[in-house]
Amino acid sequence: MGSDFYVEVGAFLRRWYWRLRREPVSIFAALAQPVLWLFLFGNLFRRAGVAATAGGDYLAFMTAGVVVMTIVNAALAGGIEVMFDREQGLLARLLAAPIRPASVLVGRFLFVVIVTSLQAGVILAMARLMGVRPATGLPGVAGVLAIGVLLGAGVAVLSLSLAFRLRTHGEFFELIAFISLPLLFLSSALVPLEAMPGWMAAVARLNPMTYAIDAVRSLMLRGWATGLLAGVAGVLVLFDAVCLAIGVRTFSRALRD
Amino acid sequence: MGGRRLYVVEAEGLVKRFAKVVAVDGLSLSIREGEVFGLLGPNGAGKTTTIRLLLGLTHPTEGRLRVCGHDPTREPQAVRRCVGYVGQEIAVDPYLTARENLMVFAGLYHLRGDERRRRIEEVLELVGLAERADDVVRTFSGGMKKRLDIACGLLHRPRLLFLDEPTLGLDVETRRRVWDFVKDLAGQGMTVLLTTHYLEEADRLCDRVAIIDRGKLQAVGRPQELKDGLGGDVLRLRLAEEAPLSAAVEALQRLPCVTTVQPVDGVLTARVQSGESALPQVMDALARAGIGVAAVSWSRPTLDDVFLAHTGRRLEAHGV
Repeated sequence: MGSDFYVEVGAFLRRWYWRLRREPVSIFAALAQPVLWLFLFGNLFRRAGVAATAGGDYLAFMTAGVVVMTIVNAALAGGIEVMFDREQGLLARLLAAPIRPASVLVGRFLFVVIVTSLQAGVILAMARLMGVRPATGLPGVAGVLAIGVLLGAGVAVLSLSLAFRLRTHGEFFELIAFISLPLLFLSSALVPLEAMPGWMAAVARLNPMTYAIDAVRSLMLRGWATGLLAGVAGVLVLFDAVCLAIGVRTFSRALRD
Repeated sequence: MGGRRLYVVEAEGLVKRFAKVVAVDGLSLSIREGEVFGLLGPNGAGKTTTIRLLLGLTHPTEGRLRVCGHDPTREPQAVRRCVGYVGQEIAVDPYLTARENLMVFAGLYHLRGDERRRRIEEVLELVGLAERADDVVRTFSGGMKKRLDIACGLLHRPRLLFLDEPTLGLDVETRRRVWDFVKDLAGQGMTVLLTTHYLEEADRLCDRVAIIDRGKLQAVGRPQELKDGLGGDVLRLRLAEEAPLSAAVEALQRLPCVTTVQPVDGVLTARVQSGESALPQVMDALARAGIGVAAVSWSRPTLDDVFLAHTGRRLEAHGV
């Protein structure tokens, strides 16, 4: 039985890979967009004087924000394909096969996490080409990816839950469009919390993105701050646990009757 | 022969109650190995719910159910291993090639290595898509997509194939090709359970038909048996405009040659022993009552007449 589960998950991973391979435009957009963010925001805010609040190299400061933002956006959109499957009757068909229903979700989840990690890696490489050197070197890059996976995993599970909670993919797109910018501005992606109005900083402290960004930023700019990293990892694991609890509730209800 | 026939599906007193509706209401059915069995009924009759119950995708509120010897509630995986399911919508990934779609489904049926490759070639050949195997499905015609859709349900060589409204939304030409294909499968000994609300489909394809309406089984038997069971001919009359329908019903009911009269959508359906001998009497009776007739026809009973006799409603819109 155990090996059957891997075969099922493998079938889904292959499906998503084949799909992606045939969409060069979306691959290009997924990689080019964050670079554009780095370039535009980096230059805009440097001129606007925001950079002074960040101290030192604003581009390096921004890289952490862009990496985390990209992960969150990609993970947030990860459930849409499952929503399409639901709408087109394909999901019902898949569930009529002798599979563990969880393999549908696990396959999509793993794919989203793998792709977003690759995206994060590419952004770091691009930033390097633009002169941003992580203070912690190559091991630091691994650390950044680990933080990214911890955050992305929770968001991907939430997105998969949305695929069962919302009624149409239209709602899904609207919701993503609605929340992605506020999530960005109400985090430490663009400016440090200390430079924000008090209430905004208070809200940003509830945003898991803020913690991931602080950890990534510390790895990029300063070095191994073990205490900070452990604290952030703790917060993100807690976040993942909450997401997973919501997900399991949603999935077991949706897949049962 | 003489030995006992094997039943692939056995349902007894099946009930599925949702919050507001009873979708399946005391359904009992037995489907024999090797037959093409049709569930015929209008939309919302409970056909799709019945299939979902058989697959263990939803569980019965009451009743006993066995599919391939297994209880779908307790052993859904065992049931799904012996059943191929093809739903109403064409459920293949349009952005993959035909072969890639089959590879995905092969994985879901745990087929590996050489066996997987062999089965995929086999079903591609069977549905006549071998030459287009590596084309993206988005470029296929509706009929080709449907054939691929069915192929995905055949990969694991199921004993039993469920086809939920297999020709819904297909043009006449494609519908006929799907019928031929289903007949071929049946010829190879596969048991097929199909749902439909097309009378012609049930009539041509099915060895036996169960007529269901509002979740209840109304009649079951060979299509010919069901039609013969009504006896005689069926007379259809469209009255002249503004003619009083109820007066016409009364006039016909008084005639000894008329067994029953039912008005549906402005058309009177009268069952008679013989259309030929009843027609003059019927026309005469209506003329005497001063009721004009716009059109009239008679035929042997159709499955729709069987449906009408059991439910008081028609499945398909009829002219005369």
